[in-house]
Amino acid sequence: MTYAIQVAYLLSTALFIFSLHWLSDPKSARRGVFAGVAAMLVAVAATWAMPGISRHLWIVIPILLAVGPGVWLSLVPLTAVPQRTALSHAFGGLAAGLVGTAKYFFWFNEPGSPSLTSFRMVAIVAEIILGYLTFTGSLIAAGKLQEIKWIPQRPWVYKGQNFVNLGAFALAIVLGVLLILSPAERWSPLVFIVIIILALNFGWMLVMPIGGADMPTVISILNSYAGLSAVAMGFVLDNKLLITAGALDGSSGLILSIIMCRAMNRSFVNVLFGAFGQVQQTAAAGSDKVYKPETVEGAAQIMEQANLVVVVPGYGMAVAQAQHKVRELYDQLKKRGITVKFAIHPVAGRMPGHMNVLLAEAEIPYTDLVEMDEINPDMPQADVCLVIGANDVVNPAARSDKGSPIYGMPIIDADRAKTVFAIKRSKNPGFAGIDNELYFSDRTWMLFGDAKNVVGELVKQFSSGGGIH
Amino acid sequence: MALANGSATGLILAAEGGLDYMSMLFVFMLSTFIGVGVIRRVSRLLHTPLMSLTNAISAIAVVGSLILAGGEHYPTGIRVMGAIALFASMTNIVSGFLITDRMLKMFKTRDGGKS
Repeated sequence: MTYAIQVAYLLSTALFIFSLHWLSDPKSARRGVFAGVAAMLVAVAATWAMPGISRHLWIVIPILLAVGPGVWLSLVPLTAVPQRTALSHAFGGLAAGLVGTAKYFFWFNEPGSPSLTSFRMVAIVAEIILGYLTFTGSLIAAGKLQEIKWIPQRPWVYKGQNFVNLGAFALAIVLGVLLILSPAERWSPLVFIVIIILALNFGWMLVMPIGGADMPTVISILNSYAGLSAVAMGFVLDNKLLITAGALDGSSGLILSIIMCRAMNRSFVNVLFGAFGQVQQTAAAGSDKVYKPETVEGAAQIMEQANLVVVVPGYGMAVAQAQHKVRELYDQLKKRGITVKFAIHPVAGRMPGHMNVLLAEAEIPYTDLVEMDEINPDMPQADVCLVIGANDVVNPAARSDKGSPIYGMPIIDADRAKTVFAIKRSKNPGFAGIDNELYFSDRTWMLFGDAKNVVGELVKQFSSGGGIH
Repeated sequence: MALANGSATGLILAAEGGLDYMSMLFVFMLSTFIGVGVIRRVSRLLHTPLMSLTNAISAIAVVGSLILAGGEHYPTGIRVMGAIALFASMTNIVSGFLITDRMLKMFKTRDGGKS
């Protein structure tokens, strides 16, 4: 019987690997989801069939209860996908934390606690620290992304913050070592609970100082933690399926974090402890340059003459839900034989790949979504670059201004296009609070207003005969 | 000599006791390498679906939760924690797979061909 279960787990592992493998191409990607579902069904069925699993109601009821919230969370608007993702990391962290806690107390209450070996204790301590810090950290990340009122959007910083955070973490590690050395003393459960409290607090304190622009990195790191806590659970329960599936998730989070960090020219440590917000406030001060505003009529006329239009979308497009209007504009331009490409910066939006999903939702062919490195050599040939709610990812200061907090970050070379139109909600500096030289360039004209309205007006210019000769 | 013998026996015992742990560490290391290799080749277009798919995959914690919730020799307190963990993992499985598929359906080529 156990042999059959191990074989089922082996099959499940292989299916999980295929599931991710098929994601390498949009054509085979949906097959990947089916492989994942099959793997999960096999895993659940095999575990349920284990000898000793007999309280079926205790299994059926939570599963039935989970269907409703699960379906509801899968139907959120695509602009809300980052917070849904953060919330599911929180659930993953909670599950790992609870299983670790339950297992510890079960083994502790056995006479003589023979099961609490050092190796298991290392795994349990890792599981609860990772699990609980992912839980509260992800909840705060989800709250920030959902723009819940009592969670500040801007980085929340105070003096000595890094000291307090690292102190809490170091204390949790020290207590963890103590627990590993003596897991079965009378006072051990107390230490265990203190570690849980420290991990819960460390999680939210870690994410509070991080601003929205850094969210893609933070979500990726939390993704990695959620996977690693599943790995730790596998070590605790002596279950290789948990280890492999958790490791797949952990490495995915790791790779995404590295890509995000590279795309911002920053290190992990810098994102987590950099207090990005403070530097920028000083950098934003003092500049009296003027914007050159343009009307939608004028912009439409110039766009109509273009051969190549490059659109650079950013978080502003997501906030305004402008992707469907952008699609209408795309259709209008295409009808006139104009080539339209979308330049996607890796950190545009609030999570990895955010812009691609929004534009795909608006049924823009994914073949016209181009990565930063591929579009940049073509930027000098672009007649018009339309920047929609993007800011830092097109800021030339990243190339030239050594004093700028974003110096060294790879950007989309919008400033090299022949003409730039930038749609911007207000005259205030962007989220990061940094002035953008692009907006003051000779070739740049500003279209102020909500992205959805402005793009809608542009579409009207084209469709109402204003642009037709 | 006696000391050397004693420590050698100790080493062997440690190795035997730790045998299964070592194989778990091997599994962890190898699957991390496989994960890195496979995920590096995932199209950048699909990084959001990748994240929601790996959310669902890491909800494999369902296995551990299920054992705790349904195991016959666990006291009620532990079973309650297992049931909550089972609820949390199951929510991730359902929403993770459904939303991934919902997003992937949207990726189309110019001629309208579905992904």
